[in-house]
Amino acid sequence: MNAPTNLKELELPTVEFKLDGQTIISYEGETILKAAKRHGIDIPHLCFKDGYRPDGNCRACVVEINGERTLAPSCCRSATPGMEVKANSERALKSQKLVLEMLLSDMPDEGFKWVGDSKAEEQKNQHGELSTWAARMNVTVRPELKALRRDKVNADISHPAMAVNLDACIQCNRCVRACREEQVNDVIGYAMRGAHSEIVFDLNDPMGDSTCVACGECVQACPTGALMPKGLIGSQTVDRKVDSVCPFCGVGCQITYNVKDEKIVSVEGRDGPANHNRLCVKGRFGMDYIHSPQRLTKPLIRKPGVPKDETAIQNPQDWSNIFREATWDEALEFAGGKLKALKDQYGLKVLAGFGSAKGSNEEAYLFQKLVRTGFGNNNVDHCTRLCHASSVAALLEGVGSGAVSNQVNDVENSSMIMLIGSNPTANHPVAATWFKNAAKRGTKIVLCDPRVTDMSKHAWRTMQFKPDTDVAMLNAMIYTIIEEGLADQNFIKERANNFEALKENIKGYSPEAMAPICGIPAETLREVAREFATTKSAMILWGMGVSQHVHGTDNARCLIALVSITGQIGKPGSGLHPLRGQNNVQGASDAGLIPMMFPNYQRVDHDAAHAWFENFWDSKLDKKPGYTVVEIMHKITAPDNDPDKIRGMYIEGENPAMSDPDLNHARHALASLEHLVVQDIFMTETALLADVVLPASAWPEKVGTASNTDRMVQLGKKAIDPPGDAKPDLWIIQEIAKRMGLNWNYQGPDAGVAQVYEEMRLAMHAAIKGITWERLERESSVTYPCLSEEDPGRPIVFDDHFATIDGKVKLVPADIIPANERPDTEYPFVLITGRQLEHWHTGSMTRRATILDAIEPMATVSMHGEDMTQLGIVAGDVVTVQSRRGEIGIHVRRDDGTPRGVIFIPFAYYEAAANLITNPALDPFGKIPEFKYCAVKLTKGGQAASTIGYGTNDPQRQQLTNAS
Amino acid sequence: MHQYPVLFANPDKVAVAIKNDLTTHPLASDDANFEPGVLAEQGISPQGEYQAVSPGYVGYESYCKQGGYALAKEIAEGKKDAESIIKAMESSGLRGLGGAGFPAGRKWRIVKDQVAPKLMAVNIDEGEPGTFKDRTYLERDPHRFLEGLLIAANVVGIDACYIYLRDEYHGCRELLEIELEKLKANPPFKLPLIELRRGAGAYICGEESAMIESIEGKRGEPRMRPPYIAQVGLFGRPTLEHNFETLYWVRDIVQRGPEWFSSFGRHDRKGLRSFSVSGRVKKPGVKLAPAGITIQELIDEYCGGMQDGHTFYGYLPGGASGGILPATMNDIPLDFDTLQPYGCFIGSAAVMVFSHQDRARDMALNVMHFFEHESCGQCTPCRVGTGKAAKLMQSNTWDQKTLEDLATVMVDASICGLGQAAPNPIRCIAKYFPQEVA
Repeated sequence: MNAPTNLKELELPTVEFKLDGQTIISYEGETILKAAKRHGIDIPHLCFKDGYRPDGNCRACVVEINGERTLAPSCCRSATPGMEVKANSERALKSQKLVLEMLLSDMPDEGFKWVGDSKAEEQKNQHGELSTWAARMNVTVRPELKALRRDKVNADISHPAMAVNLDACIQCNRCVRACREEQVNDVIGYAMRGAHSEIVFDLNDPMGDSTCVACGECVQACPTGALMPKGLIGSQTVDRKVDSVCPFCGVGCQITYNVKDEKIVSVEGRDGPANHNRLCVKGRFGMDYIHSPQRLTKPLIRKPGVPKDETAIQNPQDWSNIFREATWDEALEFAGGKLKALKDQYGLKVLAGFGSAKGSNEEAYLFQKLVRTGFGNNNVDHCTRLCHASSVAALLEGVGSGAVSNQVNDVENSSMIMLIGSNPTANHPVAATWFKNAAKRGTKIVLCDPRVTDMSKHAWRTMQFKPDTDVAMLNAMIYTIIEEGLADQNFIKERANNFEALKENIKGYSPEAMAPICGIPAETLREVAREFATTKSAMILWGMGVSQHVHGTDNARCLIALVSITGQIGKPGSGLHPLRGQNNVQGASDAGLIPMMFPNYQRVDHDAAHAWFENFWDSKLDKKPGYTVVEIMHKITAPDNDPDKIRGMYIEGENPAMSDPDLNHARHALASLEHLVVQDIFMTETALLADVVLPASAWPEKVGTASNTDRMVQLGKKAIDPPGDAKPDLWIIQEIAKRMGLNWNYQGPDAGVAQVYEEMRLAMHAAIKGITWERLERESSVTYPCLSEEDPGRPIVFDDHFATIDGKVKLVPADIIPANERPDTEYPFVLITGRQLEHWHTGSMTRRATILDAIEPMATVSMHGEDMTQLGIVAGDVVTVQSRRGEIGIHVRRDDGTPRGVIFIPFAYYEAAANLITNPALDPFGKIPEFKYCAVKLTKGGQAASTIGYGTNDPQRQQLTNAS
Repeated sequence: MHQYPVLFANPDKVAVAIKNDLTTHPLASDDANFEPGVLAEQGISPQGEYQAVSPGYVGYESYCKQGGYALAKEIAEGKKDAESIIKAMESSGLRGLGGAGFPAGRKWRIVKDQVAPKLMAVNIDEGEPGTFKDRTYLERDPHRFLEGLLIAANVVGIDACYIYLRDEYHGCRELLEIELEKLKANPPFKLPLIELRRGAGAYICGEESAMIESIEGKRGEPRMRPPYIAQVGLFGRPTLEHNFETLYWVRDIVQRGPEWFSSFGRHDRKGLRSFSVSGRVKKPGVKLAPAGITIQELIDEYCGGMQDGHTFYGYLPGGASGGILPATMNDIPLDFDTLQPYGCFIGSAAVMVFSHQDRARDMALNVMHFFEHESCGQCTPCRVGTGKAAKLMQSNTWDQKTLEDLATVMVDASICGLGQAAPNPIRCIAKYFPQEVA
């Protein structure tokens, strides 16, 4: 259905014209510059950047067109049939060269972007593309013009990541287009007139003081070095460039590492299908965490007699009194041997493993295989449990597949985008750019969130509903659509089940009845519902605001119902997209890193699946689903006579001592384990409670694939070696497996990653059969489902049937279930936790990235200005936030987008860990904890942590705390 | 004094204005008579003691009494067909009087054939140095312009009209606001949306597409063409853009007949031109003279000759951008197309006359500084070229090679007319006044 029936239809009409006497066939609408380039003719250009709107301001690309009075910019003009164009005539060349000379005449003696293959060449070409073109065109500046050089402009180095040297600015506006049209951050502008025209940030503020979000699109766009990443000013020569994919959020941006002296000195966006060269601050400027002196470089074993002190997480880098260094042999023997001993002693139910959504698919696959075939049970889970478990539960139930129906940048085909419980400018920044681009073209964004976030600036309607009232709001919309006869009867009849039950259940949910509950006026609910039902194509994208509730599954059921009764699924620009939080949370789940499913969502208690995998792995397998993340924590502290009591754990790249709810309990549980093996790149809060710590590799130090939120399997390549004795995770997992008595034999480079992948491909044949390792090496990214080598992959699914048994979507009615812990007089505020732009997950990586740490160094609680006034506090004051489970002292940040009576705390800060406070109550289906809602009280004053962060920008502190 | 114009200002007069707290432009009486048709081949601007800060003007009531809006009404009510009006415009030979001189009738026809909704944008930014004809008519006879606007809107099929008024014209703004109010309160027929927008003092916003950007609330930068604004203009819609004066003549051309307009003219040229004459002449001001008149004829017949003690030395035939010619070339007909062979153009017909007490190179430098200041900064040739040229032009002896190179790239590769015309003074000095820069 996705493929065109007739390839001829896809062919663009062509136009024949003459360029310097040569016949050129251009596509209709194609510019002369691009058509020429396709024919191997390079016309000089500076303000033109492929992918950006051509602006035609630099005039370096002017050409002579027969019959026209003046020269025309070839970057903006398309050819008409028979047009005679001269790019090489004396007249055209004269202007092209003079433009270069004029611009060059204003350049400083020393530039900021030296280009060339040798030092000598770099000396000559100090101004990036301007110098390159000048050299190619043989242009030098005559002394008469050099003498008229403009006044020097002072440098602006106020931003931690980027240097602004407008001395080298040629006013080409690429940065303006980068900021306003590509990333739509609207920070950079073009101010003043004539020769005084200048690039400004906001109202001519220093860059560091501006509202810049440091996506770095401008430095990537700047042709001359006026805007540069601080890590790569001057010589642009690097030792190597390595293509990979970003290790942070689930968007899956493709990147290129620039490696110099075995360090990643800068990162560039690559033209991947999810990002098309765009990046955010984390991807572009957050990679140097891998060079932190705090990296674990040796296996560590807990010193004898040192107790596991779950309260001692105040200075996680000072661990020299807790651990001693060991050899790999000793550490692995101890780690695996003790796990095996526990299994031998207590049976098959006593071990559990947490894999990682930050690792590769191959690691996830092997890890779950280790647990299932080595530990002998299904107690394997990872942080998907904390992210989208409820969304996946609802999706599997409703549409038969937990993955997205349409890819993020399919929103370019949407006439409406509904964003709910998602703050994409912070959590999926590059995805957010596609939404903003669509809004600029007229797509209506509906933002539904208790917090009014940045995206509301671009929204058609912002529905700031009361926290916890998702079902009320969504049911009111469903009610409106059914009541007003806007439902797509045909779609419902042909493709949906259970509509009558939904219709019956919805009766009590009129917008008028729900308005006082959810806080959105009935008229708005109706207006948005009508628009949703009648618009050409509407896509719903959601985040953890939907999923992290005890009614998270119900929330997602409502979203499924909404798109189903309106027929807004199974076509371009429509559908369901749970935005994945981590680089490989999609892939890790696909690979079976979840307790109830084998790879590709084959239920462990399903006879056929069970038999298939027993045969495939040649191993006896447990038929009972394992425990989930929070359940495992509870099973650790279960009484001794519980046969399912967990006694030993292997945790790879996860940090439950920060990420789990109710940390006091979670940490107590981890500390209570008889044996805990932690494999990580830093001494995390979890690792501090371990018996053995195994130093692993960071994403740029290994080879592997990751699957992004768009169902794209993407290949990450190795840029540098891991530090010290740190090892690839895949190798470590195999070594542990060996100690568990498993007889694996994966051959080949990089710990046999290709062989592991190929085995996984067979295990997941129904999804990725057509994506071979060799194909990934060739194409970098392939979308699944992809069933054969020729299959291009399916960016849109459910176009003619759903993945359910009968092919129809199952509508599941939802009723209002209140949050587990509502505010009361003692605990009157609601706490919402989440992330912020600069910091990712528990902060162990991003807070060790110098630039990210410099931009956001300390924990803050956001709250509404009016609430602050009532509490008698001002921004920067310390408050104590307390719940029934824990308390923290934290500084206040004013944010009037946070509703009254609600506070928001990011959970990335160990010194003010939000999860000390959160409620471990679970959604009954997804088993996801209610991170988005618990009752707290606030008191003015208290003690904020005296030590902040990891001293990332404080070399002295790093020295002191670096125990190795 | 703030918004109060002091005629022939000197310290004493300004002091008196301050003392009397005169800070706003006084409003004139609205019951004057003003008939431009009968002023053909005469000076429009009064001289000497007849000059007034706020001349009396023809208000809505007076205008209607004198037969105003009758024509527009007939057209609006379909009693006169659009085609006949366009034909009249075409055969009158009226060309756009903002400077570019595109035939008005043809422009109507082009925009008429575009897809609705269509918009109109009217340029009363009157920023070309030396030009004051639009103000002169506007402050005396605003409704003749508005009637022209409504006729054009009806004929072409315009939904909304945006009038872009020079912000320094405080008096005109108040007057236009009042008269538009009256018109809307008591419309002779259903009006399109008419919005009065204020300029912000940028010369470049007199360029048609930059003006559109400005009306759209953006930085005033000319657009690349194609697409032409007749196809993709204001807010992305097909747009009819006119200078004030072009619309001002519509009623008279239709009512008096196109042949009335084309009956004027000298030296084989046709029509009337409103010359804004300034400089070393006895009687400066707006002269409604026949197209094709020579500078000498204009000075002698309309301006009372040169000021005493001044000998005619040279002139700028078309404002800052129209080039500079020596007095020896005093027999060129002043009209569209006639000056191009000499590297000049008539533009908005702002004629500045200078004498042997002046230096042509000073004029040239002055206008180059003006362009440097007013360049929008978008394209390299103009942004960099005007500044560098202004620096080079200060030297006693010009670096002709570099200046000519700059001139070439500016003319050939600038986006808009500002940069393309900015080198005219350079080349004119090199060609006609070489002795001043040798």
